[in-house]
Amino acid sequence: MKSPFIAPAWITLASLIGLVSALLGDGLFDLVSWVIFSGLIALFVRAWIKRDRR
Amino acid sequence: MQRSAIKAWFVVHKWTSLVCTLFLLLLCLTGLPLIFGHEIGHLTGADPEIPAAPADARIRNLDAQVQTALQHFPGNVPLFVGWDPDAPLMYVNTGARSDTPAPQMQTVLLNTVSGEQVPAPQFNEGVMYFLYRLHTDLFLGLPGLLFMGAMGLLFVVAIVSGLVLYGPFMRKQRFGTLRTGRSRRLAWLDLHNVIGIITLGWALVVGLTGAINTLAKPLEQAWQTQQLGEFAARYAGQPKPTQLASLQAAVDTARAAEPDMRPAFVSFPGTGYSGDHHYGVFMQGDSPVTERLYRPVLIDAQTGALTAQPQLPTYMTVLLLSQPLHFGDYGKLPLKILWALMDLLTIAVLISGLYLWFKRGSTATRVAEIERAQTQEVA
Repeated sequence: MKSPFIAPAWITLASLIGLVSALLGDGLFDLVSWVIFSGLIALFVRAWIKRDRR
Repeated sequence: MQRSAIKAWFVVHKWTSLVCTLFLLLLCLTGLPLIFGHEIGHLTGADPEIPAAPADARIRNLDAQVQTALQHFPGNVPLFVGWDPDAPLMYVNTGARSDTPAPQMQTVLLNTVSGEQVPAPQFNEGVMYFLYRLHTDLFLGLPGLLFMGAMGLLFVVAIVSGLVLYGPFMRKQRFGTLRTGRSRRLAWLDLHNVIGIITLGWALVVGLTGAINTLAKPLEQAWQTQQLGEFAARYAGQPKPTQLASLQAAVDTARAAEPDMRPAFVSFPGTGYSGDHHYGVFMQGDSPVTERLYRPVLIDAQTGALTAQPQLPTYMTVLLLSQPLHFGDYGKLPLKILWALMDLLTIAVLISGLYLWFKRGSTATRVAEIERAQTQEVA
């Protein structure tokens, strides 16, 4: 099985890009931030929908 | 991971989390409305919306604006003036003395064109100001600020130690595993792990920048002493000016010195931002980054001559860049909404952590649980 730290590393990298992007400019830069943070929220929603109820 | 290492990280995670959790809950809850402070201000009238001025409108003289403000608070002295970058609106902060602290300041909002007073409550009154003080210093001033900063640092240690423990827990699980059908404790543990990892980067940055922001006062004082003190030394032994030069002329001089920037605010002599002998005209750019990186232009308050345009030291740049990264107010309303959702997820991490602590067994039991998870699925 892959290292359990791969997902946290990607999530942290994406979060940092999302945080800095909107600070660098407007328009596309804002959009990048919105997409990344929406993606993070979507990850939680996906985990909740796919939860194992057994 | 060795048993001794797991135990050490577990103890670090448990105690750093326990000490800061209640304060973090307070920060997350009070931070939620503060994210939308601008929007709430518009709704309540605290942050009045006035239509844009015509392009050819003549801006009223600043000295006249200050006089108008002082007529509302006779006996006060002017402390700061500042502009709303999106509306023809400016504020004049006044106080009984030049070193009046923020909670005792009295503010007048004025239309920059007509000079009429714009009715608005004082910035240091009301529910939002109460929440702001609760969020930043617990109404305790600098000791409260530093205490909250320490809680922020503990939060960062709790996140890092939690990440280390996440490894052995998730060694045999797919990312995002949420098992809600077995024991209640396992469901909360999975929830804590999943949300903790999703909010990892955001919470690290918001926690760290929050801790940096609590150092604003000491950092500003260090800047005053080191950099501005150098200019103030030229005036050593001279009495404080009693008759100030024209504010309008001072701002015009600063504009000419920094033609690509606009004035954000001006500090009057004695307010702690520009020494006892200068106006500090703080210029800003118009991009999301440069509008936060102020360039101070020091204008002699007696002669109106330009004294210096000092570069901000690195620690002040770090402080100024930490502020938007903590407030999340730089990516328009969608980013604010996402910021609030991340805040809610962090509250879920804190509550699930508290639940896991209430349902704890001994440290040995928990360490054994993590050890088992490294090699087999937790039952």
